[in-house]
Amino acid sequence: MDNNSLPSNNLVSIRNLSFSRGEKIIFNDISLDLARGKITAIMGPSGTGKTTLLKLIGGQLCPDQGTISVDNQNVHSLRRADLYALRKRIGMLFQSGALLTDMSVFDNVALPLREHTQLPEALIRTLVLMKLQAVGLRGAKEMMPNELSGGMGRRIALARAIALDPMMIMYDEPFTGQDPISMGVLAHLIKSLNNTLGLTSIIVSHDVHETSLIADYMYLIADGKIIDQGTPTEMHQSSSAWTTQFLTGAADGPVHFHYPAKNYLDDLLSSGKRY
Amino acid sequence: MINSLQHLGAYTRNSFSKVGRGTGFLLQTLSYLFSVIARPRLLMAQLYSVGVLSFLIITISGLFVGMVLALQGYYTLSAFGAEASLGVMVAASLVRELGPVVSALLFAGRAGSALTAEIGLMKATEQLSGMEMMAIDPFKRIIAPRFLAGCISMPLLAALFSAIGTLGGYLVGSGLLGLDDGAYWSQMQAKIDFQDDIINGVIKSAVFGFVITWIALFEGYDSIPTSEGVSRSTTRTVVNSAFSILGLDFILTALMFGDH
Repeated sequence: MDNNSLPSNNLVSIRNLSFSRGEKIIFNDISLDLARGKITAIMGPSGTGKTTLLKLIGGQLCPDQGTISVDNQNVHSLRRADLYALRKRIGMLFQSGALLTDMSVFDNVALPLREHTQLPEALIRTLVLMKLQAVGLRGAKEMMPNELSGGMGRRIALARAIALDPMMIMYDEPFTGQDPISMGVLAHLIKSLNNTLGLTSIIVSHDVHETSLIADYMYLIADGKIIDQGTPTEMHQSSSAWTTQFLTGAADGPVHFHYPAKNYLDDLLSSGKRY
Repeated sequence: MINSLQHLGAYTRNSFSKVGRGTGFLLQTLSYLFSVIARPRLLMAQLYSVGVLSFLIITISGLFVGMVLALQGYYTLSAFGAEASLGVMVAASLVRELGPVVSALLFAGRAGSALTAEIGLMKATEQLSGMEMMAIDPFKRIIAPRFLAGCISMPLLAALFSAIGTLGGYLVGSGLLGLDDGAYWSQMQAKIDFQDDIINGVIKSAVFGFVITWIALFEGYDSIPTSEGVSRSTTRTVVNSAFSILGLDFILTALMFGDH
């Protein structure tokens, strides 16, 4: 048997990934693995390309160099039909929820089932109600997306993400802008869904506290590189200045408070352009 | 000088790049048209949104344009004692030119701008990305049904505009100016040619519908996903559609009626 056909412990394997947008280098030759059945957190300051990494894994962006394998399939060498077949096995929770605003909550969750299966409507109804029950929002099935709070919207998006029983879910900043109760609910849901459904989860976040509570393994990304990695306990004990600044939220450190600019005095004294 | 050349070069390159993206967008949309026919519910919903909701503005505008045409035409024709030809003048103006062109301009303002804003906002709120990640092709589910609905709706709306306009002309001619009913309708029936006038008008409106819907959907899909980006794309849809309608109208008129 070919080694490549053996089920690997890593569901996602990224090797020598480089990606840039124009002049800006987002990733510079990074490699990382995401273990099957685990919750892996990708953390880092805003603008370091965490969401970009999810889009690269999902095949929405192409790397400049390197490979990304999901379940032993090289994402960027797949034909369109095969990429879509792979995406059916991957759920993604967008930061905005990305619910279709012209459909009710029920229809949003039913959408992947109606598009990808030939199930009778009665069975789709049962499945949708089960997914909504899992996120605690069965009672909101008739509501429209504009009637939902931010936290409710993300839970509905989560119900939609698990509609096809995926092998992996990618969470893009699931805790951003949430009140403490919603944050706790989402963290609990991510952990419990991962364990009960046997999923693999990738969380992109800069919310240190909530993410540390549920993640099995963490990567810290900054300046296009992986700065640090380890279990949450190892990360909190890390001696890296980057990690310490990120986890403690210090205003200055390796990530400078000031965006690069010319000399302050020169700037004040120059006439400059009118804004 | 160098800066101006650089800007000109960048502008030219961006323009060609946009034409290329727009053509690719159109080809991808056209490749899904048959799959839309297999899902009539999606098409019906868009026919309602793009076509039926434009019904009011088209009928009211058509009525008033027909009434004004009759008023203006009557005073000109009466100077030559040719008031009886009012019906022909109103109907020919409407089915050949004003019906397709004015209804297309109104369609671009009402439905085209709505399509651009809708697609642009779907992009800005990650709804299109979300569909792609659910393995649902946005071209198949979102773009192609709207495109087909626009292409079907425009000729029907133009025909409606011309019909209501003709009726408006009759109301003014017969009701306000005292023109004989029989003269209005019979001269129109005798002089308006089905092939030369009506079919050519339908062809014009079909071309306008194709171009407006293409521009509207592409501008939305290609918009910068911010409030300002969507706003600019919506404006571009209306402006570019208006230019395209008027330019194409000249070309089509020259081709259809140039040898008469």
